[in-house]
Amino acid sequence: MQLDNLYQEVILDHYKNPQHKRLSPTYDAQVHHINPSCGDEITLNVTLDGQLITDISWDGVGCSISQASVSILSDLLIGKSLSEAQVISDSFMHLMQSKGTEKGDENLLEDAVALAGVSQYPARIKCALLGWMAFKDASLQALSGQVSN
Amino acid sequence: MKLNAYEIAKDFPILSRTIRDGKRLVYLDSGATSQKPNLVIDAETNFYRTSNAAVHRGAHQLAEEATDAYEGARGIVARFIGAESEEVVFTKSATESLNLVAYAIGNAKSGNRFHLQAGDSIVVSEMEHHANLIPWQQLAERTGATLKWFSVTPEGRLDLSQLNSIIDATAKVVAITHQSNVLGTINPLAEITRRAHEVGAVVVLDACQSVPHMKVDVKALDIDFLAFSGHKAVGPTGVGVFWGRSELLAELPPFLTGGSMIENVTMQTATWAPAPRKFEAGVPNMAQAVGLGAALTYLNSIGIEEIHRHELTLTEQLLAGLSEIDSVKIIGPRTLESRGGTVSFTAGEIHPHDLGQFLDSQGIAVRTGHHCAWPLTRALGVPSTTRASIYLYNTSEEIDALISGVRDAQKYFSR
Repeated sequence: MQLDNLYQEVILDHYKNPQHKRLSPTYDAQVHHINPSCGDEITLNVTLDGQLITDISWDGVGCSISQASVSILSDLLIGKSLSEAQVISDSFMHLMQSKGTEKGDENLLEDAVALAGVSQYPARIKCALLGWMAFKDASLQALSGQVSN
Repeated sequence: MKLNAYEIAKDFPILSRTIRDGKRLVYLDSGATSQKPNLVIDAETNFYRTSNAAVHRGAHQLAEEATDAYEGARGIVARFIGAESEEVVFTKSATESLNLVAYAIGNAKSGNRFHLQAGDSIVVSEMEHHANLIPWQQLAERTGATLKWFSVTPEGRLDLSQLNSIIDATAKVVAITHQSNVLGTINPLAEITRRAHEVGAVVVLDACQSVPHMKVDVKALDIDFLAFSGHKAVGPTGVGVFWGRSELLAELPPFLTGGSMIENVTMQTATWAPAPRKFEAGVPNMAQAVGLGAALTYLNSIGIEEIHRHELTLTEQLLAGLSEIDSVKIIGPRTLESRGGTVSFTAGEIHPHDLGQFLDSQGIAVRTGHHCAWPLTRALGVPSTTRASIYLYNTSEEIDALISGVRDAQKYFSR
């Protein structure tokens, strides 16, 4: 059934065993984002070493899509440079807006391609993007912290 | 006579459509908005086809007919809630109705009985829909009045143990929901209105979830103002009702000003027409008001008490079915005592949004989230719930479909 496109095993696995779901005691930036239409919330910490993302950690409540998405994001972006993260984020945004016409670049997005099915459910796209928006916000704040220091 | 939901459903064209992969639609989201019977759709479109003209203006026959239709609808609404016609104000929504009364109170100058200032208080409850909370928060902020509220017990009832200290001598407005849009709880108004009137406060009732589902008589309830929306009562979108006692409407300042709400106008001043015109600036939503008249006539033809009984029968079935499922927790009253046909629940580890998505794949439409009552879901310690809301066209078979849908979702997400 069509629902299986949305709830792929990878997503349910990440939902049941979320990665990096523990807020680090230290961080360069911490953000709190809310999805006002459903009440999902996420707190996300980012630590940078220059342009390198050395840590992402988070905590939150939300549906399997939002929780799996941020778990996948953390796995994917830790150890990447900010410019690599930008390319990956852009590619993910594009996939989310594809209305089911694209499968996503597995070499670039890895587990995040499992979220391709979300693009067929307009109401769920914001669930998948919650963590990505939080990361974008946090990384910008972390960067501006470097400048001001 | 016991209503036949299968026959009633035939009056609602949308209920015969299919969802997703050809699944029959099971619509259990009437608390958000109800579906519309053919005769409401026809009443609205026929107004445009045969009688459309600006009401209360114009010397032509169409204007007369439009005015008759619009004022006729006002009379139907008035009879439906036990009010006088001139006490019934059409708005665009219940949200507008509640904002109308909040802003109008805010416009009251010193000397007017509604005048609010620092030292006064406004009382709400923790189970209010945002539409009956935020206008009062904002009014408190504008006037310096204090916002106070009743909390909610873990069982989903209003905690009235501090009634006399929460509604104290400083209270000027008590704004409360008749039936919670999340929990289904019907609030005990008698105690609240008695205390409010004892200290000289007015009672504003959010009746969005009650007027469409049970007998509401404004005089018997001894309230002062009431708001409900047309679209939750099988009526069109874009029309709401604001009711107030005649003597209060006479003293309440206007909210929106402009055409048709005036008595006399000069370049620097204006005086107001009597209610309800004082509160209906501009050319009103005539077709929608006429549609609402048809909707309430339709509900009357079935019988509002019959509808309430039907909903409670299905609610009992739903509560019993859900409570047999492991890990399902009802959020709100678990018995039929003082409750209506809105049932919120959680299903263990399955997030409501995921449960709602699974049910949708089965053709079952429910609401998920905080239901525009975020302080309530927070107070109850649940970030969100799944909510089924029942109406006259729902059947016992559909309740069974929901119960087995929840069971199937558990299997699906535990794979």
